Amino acid sequence: MRVIIHGWAVVILLQIAGAGMALAGQLVQVKISNLAFQPAEISVQVGDTVEWANDDFIEHTATANNGGWDVILGVGHVGRVQFDQPGTFDYFCAYHPNMTGSIHVSAN
Amino acid sequence: MHASLSGGVAAAILMATATVSASAADKPSDAQIAHIAYVAGDIDVKAAKLALKKSKNESVRAFADNMVRDHTAVNEKALALVKKLNVTPEDNETSKSLVKQAEQKRAELSKLSGAAFDRAYVDNEVTFHGTVNGALETTLIPSASNAELKSLLRTGLKVFLGHKHHAEQLADKLN
Repeated sequence: MRVIIHGWAVVILLQIAGAGMALAGQLVQVKISNLAFQPAEISVQVGDTVEWANDDFIEHTATANNGGWDVILGVGHVGRVQFDQPGTFDYFCAYHPNMTGSIHVSAN
Repeated sequence: MHASLSGGVAAAILMATATVSASAADKPSDAQIAHIAYVAGDIDVKAAKLALKKSKNESVRAFADNMVRDHTAVNEKALALVKKLNVTPEDNETSKSLVKQAEQKRAELSKLSGAAFDRAYVDNEVTFHGTVNGALETTLIPSASNAELKSLLRTGLKVFLGHKHHAEQLADKLN
C-alpha cells in the first residue's frame, strides 16, 4: 500500500505493516466491496482511526475531497487514517469517482 | 468523423450480438460470452495505451491509467474463471466485429493529436462503455448460464458503469 501525504495537519496517516500498532482511539473499519464504501457514512471521535479494507479485485483509493489525504488501496490491502481534529471529511475513490464516503469527526 | 466511428463500434456490437443470438439457439454460449467480454476489455486497454502514448492532458492520462488498471484486472479474473471452469473462449462474429471496428477506430485516433485527440478518445470512451454496458445488460448477462460467469459480468458492468460516468465527467470538462 502506498500512502500519499499532503501538507495538511488535520489527520495523521498510518501505514500498517504486519502486526498492528497501538492506537490512541478506536479503530473504525470501512469495507470496500462491490465498488462501494461500506458503510459510506461513519461517525468517529477525535483520536479515532479509520481503516479501509479493499475486498474488491480492483484497486481503489480513499481520497479526501479537500486533498488532505490520499490512501491508495491495492487489492486485499488496508489503509488507515487517524483523525485528530473535529469536522466532516468527504472523500472519494480517485479511480472510481462515483464511489464516495463521508466521515464525521466529533470532539471528545 | 469521430462520432461515426463510435457509432460504427456501437452498431458492430449490437449487430454482432444479434447475429450470435440468432445463430446459437437464441443466445450466445458461455464460451462466446467470456470471449466477447474479454475482447471488449482488451480493446479498451489498447485504446487507453494509445491515449497514454499520445495525450499530455493529466486528466485524460489518469483516466487512461484507470482503464488499463481496471480492464486488466477484470480480464485477469475472467481468464482465471474460464480456466477454472475448463471453458475454452470461443471466437465468434461479435468478437471479430469488435476487433475489426476497434482497429479502424485506433487508426483514426492515431491521426489526431492534442486537444482533438483528447476529445475524440474520451467521447469514444463514453460511447464504447455505453454500448458494451447495454450489451452486458440486455444480452450477455441474461444469456450467461454459469453463476460465477454471470456474477463476474455483473461486477464488470458495475465497474464499467463507473467508467462511463467518469468519461462523461471528463468529456464535459474537455468540451
